[in-house]
Amino acid sequence: MRKLLAKGAEAHLYLEDWQGMRVLVKRRVPKPYRIPELDGEVRRFRTVHEAEMLHRAKLAGVPTPVVYFVDLKDYTIYMEYVEGERLREAVERMDASERRRVFELVGTLVGRLHAHGMIHGDVTTSNMIIRPDGTVFFVDFGLGEVSSDVERMGVDVHLFEEMLVSTHYRHAEELRDAFLRGYRSAVGLETFKRVMEKVEEIRRRGRYVSERRVGKVRDVQRG
Amino acid sequence: MGKPVICLGIESTADDLGVGVASSEGRILANVIMAYTPEKGGIHPREAARHHSRVAGEAVRKALEQASVDPEDIDVVAFSQGPGMGPCLRTGATVARAMAVYLGVPLVGVNHCVAHIEIGKLTTGVEDPLTLYVSGGNTIVSALEGGRYRVFGETLDIAVGNCLDVFAREAGLGYPGGPAVEEAALKGSRYIRLPYTVKGMDMSFSGLLTHALRLLRSGRYRVEDLCYSLQETAFSMLAEITERALAHTRKSEVLLTGGVAANRRLQEMIRFVAEEHNATFHVVPKEYAVDNGAMIAWTGLLMFRAGVETPVEESFVRPRWRLDEVEVVWA
Repeated sequence: MRKLLAKGAEAHLYLEDWQGMRVLVKRRVPKPYRIPELDGEVRRFRTVHEAEMLHRAKLAGVPTPVVYFVDLKDYTIYMEYVEGERLREAVERMDASERRRVFELVGTLVGRLHAHGMIHGDVTTSNMIIRPDGTVFFVDFGLGEVSSDVERMGVDVHLFEEMLVSTHYRHAEELRDAFLRGYRSAVGLETFKRVMEKVEEIRRRGRYVSERRVGKVRDVQRG
Repeated sequence: MGKPVICLGIESTADDLGVGVASSEGRILANVIMAYTPEKGGIHPREAARHHSRVAGEAVRKALEQASVDPEDIDVVAFSQGPGMGPCLRTGATVARAMAVYLGVPLVGVNHCVAHIEIGKLTTGVEDPLTLYVSGGNTIVSALEGGRYRVFGETLDIAVGNCLDVFAREAGLGYPGGPAVEEAALKGSRYIRLPYTVKGMDMSFSGLLTHALRLLRSGRYRVEDLCYSLQETAFSMLAEITERALAHTRKSEVLLTGGVAANRRLQEMIRFVAEEHNATFHVVPKEYAVDNGAMIAWTGLLMFRAGVETPVEESFVRPRWRLDEVEVVWA
């Protein structure tokens, strides 16, 4: 039995009982404007790629849902349903010390991805689930890529900072400090300095304005 | 009601020199386009600029004749200040400054990309569209939010029109490349795998072009099939970005403009995306979708009426001026 959780531009999310487990099903839907050969190709690539990124993140020590099954005939990933709350909403109820702890943790997790040659591509609190035990899961790797490019790392950090200002503006500065503390500890001082120089450069050239970032938040948010 | 305000606009960002005349009643009185066709290869900025300075006088004369206005009737002179090729921009700017000073009227520097959107709104009647602007120099998905045309997606390297032009040239299909690729694609049927590069909300066309050229030179594929595959791949990327931006902005109108907007297959895809999201679909008529002076005149007029003027001493050209840097004070 499938229950629709959320419908996005690219994929639909369902909750399903599968093999005796409650799983999250992410299905990439066909796009009729594309010819079938190309459409299949794109959906296939992204499905495989996301499954791979979800797995690869674990190797860096970043909690992600377990991928149970990838059905390439149906362009679908069956993954663990992470019980918890979106960090985006959870932040609002935390006290100051909890906020600092969680955002330092988020910084550490993003730093671990970067240190292991991965770019998240869409680091927002909408794509993170906090479990009751305080663990933070990254649940969407639809825009992730394998890269050790400092510019890309800088974009990840910059977009996160912009998101703090637009979405968590009441605590933006405090959350940013905590995030960077965690991030620095994970990537090391030298990489940290290089990334922050990039962040400054990106900010100066105004290449990524906040509206563009919001535009990147796609389909895969849990409602 | 007083006498309508008349604006003369000069467009010279790339290979075309355009002179247009617009009136504040929302009428385009003249739209003269003088195209520069390279003898071989792509646009050489200096050669193009030379062409512009050679034909500028004639273009202005023709535009005034077409509009049936005398030089003294002009209330404001507008010019495309950027983005574009430096030498070309400077030529248009020089003509505009000279005219403004000679006539003793204000000068207005217009952003070329903003002008494409504004003329699209005027000629199709849309009010608040999501715009897909695709040409030889630009590939942008944009909509008005918070007083600016925000860029929701764009190319990370070359423009889609540039990709099609270069491929057509290398394949010996002639100039302009877009229509030639479109025609050849109609005879293609086999899809050949090409790189489909969408990164977040942005696209890349240079890898696509390089790969398509490599396959072309291998001689193992029919040119028609390559054209078909190139179009399908490039346009699917554009449609995907448009769809995401539409889902995000929830605009109820989609506007397609720029030189590539004339492509039927692209129109079909974008129309489909618009209808899926309950938005109406509009294509800017060809003479106003390509680079033209009327769009500069009309946008200059809108800006002028909102109190914008560009003092001559601040009228230096801006070859890398971004669409989202402009405050849309007239909206």
